[in-house]
Amino acid sequence: MATVTLENVRKRYGKTEVIHGVDVDINDGELIVIVGPSGCGKSTLLRMVAGLEVVTSGDISINGRVVNHVEPKDRDIAMVFQTYALYPHMSVFENMAYGLKIARLDKDEIHRRVDDAARLLALSELLDRRPKALSGGQRQRVAMGRAIVRQPSVFLFDEPLSNLDALLRVQMRLEIKQLQRRLGITSLYVTHDQVEAMTLADRLVVMNAGVAEQVDEPLSVYQRPASRFVASFIGSPGMNFIEGSIKGRQLVTSAGHTILLRDAQLNEGPVTAGVRPEHLEVVAESDADFLLDVVSVELLGAETLLHGTLTGASNDEGDVVAGVAGRSLAVRAAGITRVGEGQRCGLRVAAGGWHWFDKQSGQRLLTE
Amino acid sequence: MSGRVVFRSVWLPWLLVAPQLAITAVFFLWPAGEAILQSTQLPDPFGLSTQYVGWENFDYLFGDRYYRASFLTTAIFSLSVTALSMGVSLLLAVLADGVIRGSGVYRTLLIWPYAVAPAISGVMWLFIFQPSIGLFPYWLKAIGYNWNHVLNSGEAMSLVVIASAWKQVSYNFLFFLAGLQAIPRSLIEAAAIDGASPWHRFRTIILPLLSPTTFFLLVINVVYAFFETFGVIHTITAGGPGQSTMIMVYKVYADGFIGQDLGSSAAQSVILMLIVGVLTIVQFRFIERRVHY
Ligand SMILES: Nc1ncnc2c1ncn2[C@@H]1O[C@H](COP(=O)(O)OP(=O)(O)OP(=O)(O)O)[C@@H](O)[C@H]1O
Ligand SMILES: [Mg+2]
Repeated sequence: MATVTLENVRKRYGKTEVIHGVDVDINDGELIVIVGPSGCGKSTLLRMVAGLEVVTSGDISINGRVVNHVEPKDRDIAMVFQTYALYPHMSVFENMAYGLKIARLDKDEIHRRVDDAARLLALSELLDRRPKALSGGQRQRVAMGRAIVRQPSVFLFDEPLSNLDALLRVQMRLEIKQLQRRLGITSLYVTHDQVEAMTLADRLVVMNAGVAEQVDEPLSVYQRPASRFVASFIGSPGMNFIEGSIKGRQLVTSAGHTILLRDAQLNEGPVTAGVRPEHLEVVAESDADFLLDVVSVELLGAETLLHGTLTGASNDEGDVVAGVAGRSLAVRAAGITRVGEGQRCGLRVAAGGWHWFDKQSGQRLLTE
Repeated sequence: MSGRVVFRSVWLPWLLVAPQLAITAVFFLWPAGEAILQSTQLPDPFGLSTQYVGWENFDYLFGDRYYRASFLTTAIFSLSVTALSMGVSLLLAVLADGVIRGSGVYRTLLIWPYAVAPAISGVMWLFIFQPSIGLFPYWLKAIGYNWNHVLNSGEAMSLVVIASAWKQVSYNFLFFLAGLQAIPRSLIEAAAIDGASPWHRFRTIILPLLSPTTFFLLVINVVYAFFETFGVIHTITAGGPGQSTMIMVYKVYADGFIGQDLGSSAAQSVILMLIVGVLTIVQFRFIERRVHY
């Protein structure tokens, strides 16, 4: 039972500030995922909550109590490290019991808790082994077990799955989610993997260069990204961006192409337009909002990825487009689409498919 | 995949190890063989003739009260030097590991003593503790203690132990520091979150993870105390007062070159070789097995 509150939290190393004032309110039992590219300060933020880094300014509270100067052991938290940080000279049992022994629980209680956790995590057979004799996934589970047995108010995870192979990652992701639901313990989970973030989170904190750009539910982040950065980071393949300006019911691109807008009510002027590859539909040229010269086609079976440039523009001096494959625009069509490389096709943007961002600040422009 | 390098020529590997083999042969095998040979002989006082005596040199040694005392002295001395130098260096390494700013300076300063020759360090400690002109006895006198290691055997032993340990501290420090820095920070952090106090973390996490380093240093330090402390003993006490700091390696010298009993001296060398051989084997067989995790 715990809430966690971050209030204008900042972190400076010497003269460089790496966290620039983060505000997050975490409700009891919620699973919050902090996601962002490498070096954006995710770990630093988590370690401040754990008490492993000093907070430069701002307040971190757990259950309403400011814990800025509270020792890690007195914060009632447990942490799972990216490297697992298992004690190599202790057996699985000893690893899990370490914190309980320090807390001076009696022997029966320690055994009961460790056995329960081991059963939950399918580790019962492995209690006598040393970490060296475990697979990556098993080590990961031991690290989880060590966190669970202490029955903390808050779980902290720092990229716990990044050392596992892709298949195991998907499996452990599900297990973590179920476990968190069952135990109902407030959790902060750091990852740079957006799929992991989307599937696990009750709410996402999308970080960029020390700033929390958006704190929202995964679907809202996907549907209404608060900034160009968030839009490009969440979704795969990433969103296409086109620089241009609005003229009436048209978007005039930087190279002078026109794109028909069906549903936008935007002030005239320069803008960055964004559209996700899955919101572009291949249609007959007569029905199209604009035309694409297809440069490459990737047939994936379940879907087809088309990459191309706006018709008439060459890659070098054409539109300012930023998409998945550098300067070309990506289209994600369901099933198998028979468009050949070098061909031209018509594209139509799905209703509500456009996102508009301020050209300078990259902030989302309100349309409704 | 094997980690072995495969040479096409038969001669090249031999050629490459030849210098090391030559050094081992000239400076170890030959003198050792000579010592074994001499230990069975009794030369006359002028070294003009020798006589084969078999085990007699050894029989005589084991019957000698002073030689048995030297065993005990050596044991006390080696244990003290090893414990003191390893304890102090571990403490320094732990402190230096915690220092972030200026750690290079501390490290350099702590490594310096290793570059000092044993005889010079012996003379330096001799000056500091010299009963009539030394600084330390002067201070001790101020608090009412009369230091005189020339007369007091306990004080003499303390002094040679301190001087010998001092030199070895730097070496141990380097290894302990490297060992400490090889322990992942996340382990310490995990233990801190698990509620372990700094002392508890040290005892249950750091010390066990440091045990390979500790074991290695134990072997090195014992061998050091047995053999390489000759210079310190020679300059500070010359084995005295009485026979109180007469460790075995110094007795080899004292009996052979001062007492002119080369046969006994050679026999002592042979015993010393055997002891160190056995010690090393014991350490590797029984202790090493426990330190790996
Ligand atoms: N001890 C430190 N001293 C100075 N700068 C640091 C220190 N620790 C981290 N930083 C800087 O703070 C920034 C954020 O680091 P952090 O480890 O939180 O990133 P991250 O988001 O967890 O990245 P990753 O996904 O690679 O783990 C980085 O630019 C890093 O260089
Ligand atoms: Mg990180």
